[in-house]
Amino acid sequence: MDESKEGRVGLKLHGRMGKSEAMKSHKTNVEAVEPTADASENPESMAKRPHRPEIRLGREAQARIGELLRNMYNSYVNQGVPSHLADLVRRLGDEG
Amino acid sequence: MKLDPAIRDQVLATVPSLRAFAISLCGNIDRADDLVQETLLRALAHIDSFEPGTNMPAWLFTILRNLFRSEYRKRRREVEDADGRYAETLKSHPEQTGRVEFDEFRTALAKLPSDQREALILVGASGFSYDDAAAICGCAVGTIKSRVNRARTRLADLLAIDSVDDFGPDRATRAVLAGGGRG
Repeated sequence: MDESKEGRVGLKLHGRMGKSEAMKSHKTNVEAVEPTADASENPESMAKRPHRPEIRLGREAQARIGELLRNMYNSYVNQGVPSHLADLVRRLGDEG
Repeated sequence: MKLDPAIRDQVLATVPSLRAFAISLCGNIDRADDLVQETLLRALAHIDSFEPGTNMPAWLFTILRNLFRSEYRKRRREVEDADGRYAETLKSHPEQTGRVEFDEFRTALAKLPSDQREALILVGASGFSYDDAAAICGCAVGTIKSRVNRARTRLADLLAIDSVDDFGPDRATRAVLAGGGRG
């Protein structure tokens, strides 16, 4: 998947009015940050990628997404282990 | 050789979370259970390669993730599920959040590219550190951070999640700020 296509920022986050000069000076829910350079990444691939600042969500939005994600995930965890999987582990573990 | 009971118990203890990861990736409980089963078979067949005392969950998650990538993606039936069938295949409903919100979130999650989805789940739900998640996905820590960030941004966009706190308590205040209070 071409991750460069995912760089679009949702303007909905700022409402229909977009972002004026005055707003840019205020702390925003979505803050543009420079991407963190990773020394282990291939320099050639980094050079090919267009350099664009990554957008990072504000704390509230991150917290909300985290809550929704964990609720969903925990609902699956709370289903427990299906008997056929538990039996499989026990059976394989007992085989000599 | 019989499996060490302690190792067997570690594997069993990881299965619920492993299964949750698989469901989140596959978007289908039956496929997820197949994936978990295949993961367990492979793990137990190669249990000698696991070093006792190291991170068993990370080891199992790595196996599952690699199986998902190599086998299930080949079917070209990724869970970029624009028509909502992903949500229909899942039976679980949480008690704490509304059904609509839950379904909307699952639908939005399904629209993420798989590498962003897996990164977000590993870090945001499964509880792995960025370092462990990077090891599981076979990429740099910076790459994981970028994928998690992009995933969150995309989800916020899809779910129209924003915060008014930074602009003020109401839309009128935001409008004043947006109108250009220069000077």
